[in-house]
Amino acid sequence: MTLDAASWDALYLSLLVACTATIVALPIALWVAWLLARGQFRGKSLLSALVHLPLVLPPVVTGYLLLVGFGRAGPIGKFLYDVFGITLAFRWTGAVLAAVIMGFPLMVRAMRLALEAVDPKLEQAAATLGASPTSVFATVTLPLITPGILAGAVMGFAKAIGEFGATITFVANIPGQTQTLPSAIYSFLQVPGGEDRAIALVLWACVIALGAVALSEWLGQRVAKRIRGIEGET
Amino acid sequence: MSLDLQISKTQGNFTLEAAFNAPIGVTAVFGRSGAGKTTLINAIAGLSKPDGGHITLNETTLFDSVKRINLPAHKRRMGYVFQDARLFPHLDVTQNLRFGLRHAPVGAAGPSLEEVADLLGLTNLLQRRATDLSGGERQRVALGRALLSRPQMLLMDEPLAALDGPRKERILPYLERLKSGAAGLPILYVSHALDEVARLADHLVILSKGKVAATGSIFDVLADPANVPLLGVRQAGAVLQATVIEHGTDGISTLHVNAGEIELPGVVAPVGTRVRLHVLAQDVILSRKRPKGLSSVNILPVTIKNIRTGDGPGAAISLDAAGDQLLARVTARAVQDLELSKGTHCFAVIKATSIAASSIGR
Repeated sequence: MTLDAASWDALYLSLLVACTATIVALPIALWVAWLLARGQFRGKSLLSALVHLPLVLPPVVTGYLLLVGFGRAGPIGKFLYDVFGITLAFRWTGAVLAAVIMGFPLMVRAMRLALEAVDPKLEQAAATLGASPTSVFATVTLPLITPGILAGAVMGFAKAIGEFGATITFVANIPGQTQTLPSAIYSFLQVPGGEDRAIALVLWACVIALGAVALSEWLGQRVAKRIRGIEGET
Repeated sequence: MSLDLQISKTQGNFTLEAAFNAPIGVTAVFGRSGAGKTTLINAIAGLSKPDGGHITLNETTLFDSVKRINLPAHKRRMGYVFQDARLFPHLDVTQNLRFGLRHAPVGAAGPSLEEVADLLGLTNLLQRRATDLSGGERQRVALGRALLSRPQMLLMDEPLAALDGPRKERILPYLERLKSGAAGLPILYVSHALDEVARLADHLVILSKGKVAATGSIFDVLADPANVPLLGVRQAGAVLQATVIEHGTDGISTLHVNAGEIELPGVVAPVGTRVRLHVLAQDVILSRKRPKGLSSVNILPVTIKNIRTGDGPGAAISLDAAGDQLLARVTARAVQDLELSKGTHCFAVIKATSIAASSIGR
């Protein structure tokens, strides 16, 4: 299946954005999942609502809010530009931000469920054996929630590949710069005779999605084998 | 080396108020469910915070509400063996054992992994997954893991409660060996099974409704008639120390106690070893004269130390058997008919088969 240069650019950009977004979001999502699963603080439900907001808002609205906040004239965008010289709007980095925000609730949810499934009694046992809280997290909690982290990462990656509404609103659809795979497909379908190019990209999108699912299955099985019997221990 | 505590903790409408001292050796905390045993042991381990009081291990203050000291669990160096073992499911047996070793303070002395595996019979299990073990094996690994964390004290919360009779029987000898493996450490053993307590403990604390109802040496507390209602009339009974003299070919062994010799079936300890016999009060018969023509040959001359008549028709009588202590439970009517009183010399008859093999320990 041959692709022209513009299609290649879009495919490459989507993979770059999705990978970057997943790596950036992973530690933050884990931290927020920890806060939501284990934390006891005021404003917990507010944090939960905030995290889940992109799931219920129309993506275009999220994109517009990003533009208002992170655009060159927006409060955060102005700060980032003045202090660090960073511009997000209409750049590929902005697409990463949009992907992070949109995939975040899915990642947090998967990790939070995994954290809630860890028996705190095991962590207590580790503490009585002399393991500090950090050590307990690294040697007991983290290995036990690895399947959840992987699931969250795959969800976030898939969401980032498919993200359209917020991305196109925030960073537009500039070929070679901010045109991701979905926006490319959308553009091709707007021009008469562009269907062939669109179909080629659609097929690639399917391949990537299937590949991600297969990879997560394989990793999940390997991890499950390593930590077999989480359910067996009561 | 000893644990000294005086704590109070209120949970809902239950209040625990406990104060006692646990020296080197096994201190059993006995109580019915709901007596506050787990609340107590978790407070000592640092898994829950008492409302007030203090906990001191050796010279270290673990908790003091006045001085606002509350050492976190991982700094208390308590080897905690839980009822449900709590092995790490993502690690194999060796890795579980190493977990304790890895977090032990640098330079802390204690047995090596090989020694612990040998002591607890784990050598053949080392490569197994924690989830592929039987209940008894799991509990032995948990014991080993706790020992290898080089603790300054061992806490055991009903470690045998999840095991059935025969499995329990197989792990008890390991616990008896543990007393030598953890030599020099105070061991707190929480249990609601009096037969385990009678086999293992040196000291006994009876916890009832959140309060310490009795405390002292296992021999004294179990032989005290006043404690019969706390222990339950069917479970109450003194612990007799005996030495194995010989094993007969018919399966009956002869043992020496201070007041004479007794014959028992089911003794497996080798000749010369000291064993403990948990003699239930309801299995001791009293006679003013030395009985003749009786099927039981276990007749010991005793002196009545104390008689306690309860609200019911029974009476608990503590007996001195040439320095050993026995407890008998007879009817209040028998006390009157036989004219039993403090200082009366009489004979205690113990039915040989009434002492189950499970109540004979080293």
